[in-house]
This record gives sequence, structure tokens and C-alpha cells, in this order.
Amino acid sequence: MLSDRRPILLTNARIVDPSRELDFPGDLLIAEGVIRDAKRGIGAAGVPQGTEIVDCKGHIVAPGLVDMRAFIGEPGAEHRETLATASQAAAAGGVTTIVCQPDTDPVIDDHAIVDFILRRARDTAIVRVAPMAALTKGLKGQEMTEIGLLKAAGAVAFTDGLKSVTNAQVMRRALSYARDFDVLIVHHTEDPNLIGEGVMNDGELAARLGLHGIPKASETIMLERDLRLVALTGSRYHAASITCRESLDVLKRAKDQGMPVTASASINHLTLNEIDIGSYRTFFKIAPPLRTNDDRMALAEAVSSGLIDVVMSDHNPQDVETKRLPFAEAAPGAIGLETMLTAGLRLVHSGELPLIRLLGAMSTRPAELLGLPGGTLRAGAPADVIVINPDIPWVLDPDELKSKCKNTPFDEAKMTGRVIRTIVAGRTAYEYA
Amino acid sequence: MNIATKSSFVLNRRHLLGIEGLSFDEIVGLLDLSEEFVALNRQVEKKRTSLRGRTQINLFFESSTRTQSSFELAGKRLGADVMNMAVNSSAMKKGETLIDTAMTLNAMHPDILVMRHHASGAVELLSQKVDGSVINAGDGAHEHPTQALLDALTIRRNKGRIEGLTVAICGDILHSRVARSNIILLNALGARVRLVAPSTLLPAGIERFGVEITRDMREGLAGADIVMMLRLQRERMNGSFVPSVQEYFAYFGLDTRKLAFAKPDALVMHPGPMNRGVEIDSTVADGAQSLIREQVEMGVAVRMAVLEALSRNLPNA
Repeated sequence: MLSDRRPILLTNARIVDPSRELDFPGDLLIAEGVIRDAKRGIGAAGVPQGTEIVDCKGHIVAPGLVDMRAFIGEPGAEHRETLATASQAAAAGGVTTIVCQPDTDPVIDDHAIVDFILRRARDTAIVRVAPMAALTKGLKGQEMTEIGLLKAAGAVAFTDGLKSVTNAQVMRRALSYARDFDVLIVHHTEDPNLIGEGVMNDGELAARLGLHGIPKASETIMLERDLRLVALTGSRYHAASITCRESLDVLKRAKDQGMPVTASASINHLTLNEIDIGSYRTFFKIAPPLRTNDDRMALAEAVSSGLIDVVMSDHNPQDVETKRLPFAEAAPGAIGLETMLTAGLRLVHSGELPLIRLLGAMSTRPAELLGLPGGTLRAGAPADVIVINPDIPWVLDPDELKSKCKNTPFDEAKMTGRVIRTIVAGRTAYEYA
Repeated sequence: MNIATKSSFVLNRRHLLGIEGLSFDEIVGLLDLSEEFVALNRQVEKKRTSLRGRTQINLFFESSTRTQSSFELAGKRLGADVMNMAVNSSAMKKGETLIDTAMTLNAMHPDILVMRHHASGAVELLSQKVDGSVINAGDGAHEHPTQALLDALTIRRNKGRIEGLTVAICGDILHSRVARSNIILLNALGARVRLVAPSTLLPAGIERFGVEITRDMREGLAGADIVMMLRLQRERMNGSFVPSVQEYFAYFGLDTRKLAFAKPDALVMHPGPMNRGVEIDSTVADGAQSLIREQVEMGVAVRMAVLEALSRNLPNA
């Protein structure tokens, strides 16, 4: 299988490697599935015979993205997304590793299902797939799963997906037990009782639209509780999706105290806000909800400072049956594998976020947190590499999206910059024509 | 042949509520006295008369096979009148409080009360209300002193000593009175005590008990002379404290592979009743390194020694 992979030389590139804080003009050589070298002037002369030489014309070469939170539909909801279609979307978006979530049917709470996902991905996906497993059996928030056996089967972290574990005793014991196996617990921080019937951010806009609001406190209370439990147990903890300024204050306190705590923000919360909902546009209904523009700016600043470690797509395919409904009745979620990078470039172009920080939060940091080998351009690392043209203007046409569902909040949006080549394990998985 | 008691050891206290508070000399005195009863129990004639005329009541609020029968045999072999209170059909079931039951029994002038209760501290409460001697046969997750003594006797007879041995206590430490009594006793006699358990089965603050703690069997059993397994109760296996039986056995169950981490001459103990295939594999439980059946034998001797040593201190003894 390795033999049909020709070496690739990416020449005349702007090499950006967040794992080493490097940004320089140079070349990158890939052979046998690994990065051989990334430096100035490798040149066509010094490469093995038969090497494919790609002139990057000064475009960015960076580590492939590791998307830490993507909801797929396989097994159980293949009409929404399969590992194959998700991987097509991922490749087109520069994502070389999808970290899929356990809220499938059946739930990924048994090592046989982890094994199934890994085999299906091997056979059908064109990017890497790393499953997270459920933290509690059936995502019911009551009994912890077989954390040791699931980790041994290949689960990279433990989460109840979009559900919060409301019982503090269950959470405490799960954290405590997880520490023995040195696994990362990823937790959705939203108190379901405070969400109540809420469908969007609590405040003036919700009041004007006549929709029930979800207060920011639903997030900060759960986050505060979790951090107390982390202090008690010493486990590695990751807040799955932070949305507001208040949560950032809580997070900062914990990090300043040296606690083993990290956090993600979704690309949606970094680039959109509640005003985008406009007149009940359900593609902007997501969980947790879009907040104010002030929160959005605070999140971007937190990614820039490193307070938020990871930016993820929060990819959640929903079809017309679940989205073409009154706002309150529509399912939350937006697809994002294909658009996370291009959307993120908006922040780079507006000057809110340095490019290397964005790329680091989408590749290096998630790889580090999950113990995956990617997220770097170091020699010897897996050849998961993307080429980005940061300036190409285009309009997003949902029909061109690879995902089975088209629920993108960037429907018909003007974008600047996109991935023009995605290489996974040394093989080109996507090329922009 | 009748073996006369050579040891004149007297336990200078009215009750035996725990290992905590026993001196080195008291522990060793009880173990030495127990040795004589081991020999006696192997004879055809096992009867002694030192408790003749005494009344012993076994008051078990939690079901027990080996401890209760062992105390019953011990009392009878020493000549006492032994009564087993069947708590399931007793006044307690009808709503009587522990103290009322204690006062009722006390009115019958028992000399010795052997009590087991699911609540930690219940035995001590009883001891404050009655005139006779009270022996703790296990209270909640607090203490089980006769189990620790019989474990120590078993170890001493097989290894010739306790001082300097490395003893790994593995499993559900959190809920275990056996673990607590053993930690105190083994430390008092100079053993090196290690605890091996998942974090969910270790109480907070246990590191201050003078023990080494690890969550890994390979690390915990390395160089161990004694591997002591604890019972994991069924209601704790399914996701509340540990995820499942399968996972618990994979990481913490004692099988031949894990036992190989210990010294080649390491010996295996279990206070019973065992969950085969949960905390211990049958090959190990029934194997050549197992002392589990010997522990039961030592149980009768140790309980005779405790009854004898306490009775020597009773009024009119």
C-alpha cells in the first residue's frame, strides 16, 4: 500500500508550523507517508526519483487540521452523514483527522463499537478518524463506561457529546476513575435545567423574537462545578464548547492556578453571533447558542492568547426534516468540517487572530491534547499536510458541499481563502481544481 | 492428649472494638495465645472450660457465614453458652432501636456480646450501654479486628514473621473494614503496606495511613510477599464505582499473570466470601499460593484467643 504513494515535494511555499512557532518561506518533502523535511531550498535536485513536485506559488503549507468535535451519523443515522461523506467534506476543508463524537446509535460506549468505527473509517474514509467514547453508558449520565477497555480499543477521549452529566457524584467518580488511565474528559457545559425551553441566547433579541432564552449562567455554573471537581480529583478536563466572556473568566482563574484544564470554542461562536439568526434562520440554531458580538470578540481574543486551546467545527449535519421547522422546533447544529478553516480566515483577515494561532488551535493543540501524532510539520511526523491559498475569493454554494446535509450558516456567504490541497498520510486526498 | 494453656495473657480491657488502640504487646499476646488454640482445634478433644457458666450472644445485624459460625464454635469450644440472635426476625425488624435492643439483651446478663452491624460506630455505641464485654465482628467500613488478627496469624505462621514483609492490599479499600483493621495492625507489626485500587475505591486521606498507594497492579504487586484481595460488592460494579466486572477483572482482578508480578513465593489471601472472576480468578484462589482456606481455620483460633483473653479480665473470672 505504501508503494503506490509517490513522494511529494511542496516547493515555493510559506511553511507555517504552529508546533514550533515557525513561519518561513521554504519547501516540504513527503515520502512514505511521513514528513521528511521542511526547510529552505530543498529543491527538485535533492529529492527521490519519481517525486511529484508541486509549486505552491507562495501559498501556505501547514499541518492538517485535527477537528476535535464532529458529530457524524454512522452508525445509526447514515442519512445525515457517513464516515465516508464526512471524510470527503473534511478533506475539502483541510481536516485530516476527524474526532467523531459518541452520540451514534448505538452509542460508542462499548469497545466493540470503537473497533467498528475504526474499521469502517479504515475502509471508507479518506481522512483519519479518531473516535471519542461515551463517558457514561448510553449517554445517560448515570454509570461510567469501561474507560480502560475503551481507551485500549482506541478511544482518544471521553465525552457525553451534547449532554452534560448533571449528577455531580457521577461526574466526580468518572473524573476520579479517568485519572488513573490518564484520559481526557471532554464535557459539554450546559445545565439542562437552566436551558429549560430555551432555544437561543437569553436577552433582548430573544425577547423581541418571542423565543425562550438560554442564560450564559447555564454554561458558567456547569463549568464552575466541573472545575471544583477537577480540583478534587486532579483529572485532565476539557470544556467542549465555551461561548461567553463570563466562562473565559472562570477558565482563566483555573488555568492561572495550574489546573489541568483546557477548552474549545466552535468556529460558529468565533465568527457568528445571535444577530445572524435574523428572522428565525434555523441554520443559526446551534447548541450551545450563538451569543453576543461582545462574547464573540472575547472568544477570538482568547484563542489569540491561548486561553482557548482548540477551535473545532462542531460539525452537526441536520437534514431538511429537522431544520425546515419553526425555530423553536428545529434541531440545533450546523455543518462545519468543510468551512472551519475558511471561516477562521475571516478572523485572520480582520486582524482579530494571527494565522499561526488559528492554525495551532485547529491542529497542534488538539493533537497534543488527544495524544495524536499529527498537528506538526516536524520531520518524522505523519504526512498530514494542507496547502492554503489565503486570498482566493469565492462564494459558498451549498450544492458544492460534500457533506450529505447542507445546513451551513455560511450559505451563499462571501469567503476569502480556501484549502487547495489536502494530503493525508502522504497521499493527496483533495485538490481544488 | 490435652494441651494446657501456657500463655497467661490477659487483655486488660473490657471490649475489643478495633485494632486501633491495641499495643504491640497486646497484638503479639493475642497471636501467641491463638497459636495454642490452633493446636487444640486440630485435636479430637477440642473442649475447654475457661468460659464455663458464661453467656455469649452473637448479635449479627448483617448476614455472615464464616464470622458468625467461627465465633459460635469458638465460644462453644471454650465452654460458654452461645446464643445467636436472629436479627431478621427480631424486635429490630419491628422498629426497636439499637439501644433498646441492647438494653433488653443486657437485662439477660450476657457476659460477652459479639456484634456485627452495617453502621460504622454501632458496636461502640452498644459497648457504652451494656455491662459485659463487647467484641466487634465488623462495623460498617470501620473495623473488623478479629479478621486482621487471623490474617496476621496466617501470615506469621507461613512466613515466620510480619516485620519487613511487603503486603499489597488490593481492591475496594473505600468500603472495607478489613482493609482498615489490616492497615493498622500490619503497620504496628512493622510490615510495609501497599494499597492497590482505582481512585474511586480509595477514601480521601488514605495516604496519611502510612501506606504506599498505587492504581496499577504491576506496580503494586512488584516485590510483594503477601497479596491480600478484597471483595467487591455487586452493587458497586456496574458503573457507580467501577465501570463493569469485565473491566475490573481486566485491571484489578488477581489472575496468574498479575500474581507473577509479586515475589515467586508470594502468598494470596482473601477474607471471603470471594467473587470468583471479579476480584480473583479460580486458578489463583485454589492454587498452591493460596492461604484462603487456612485463613478460615485461623479464624476459629483467633476468636477463641480473643474470648479467652477478654474473659480473664471479666468480673469473677
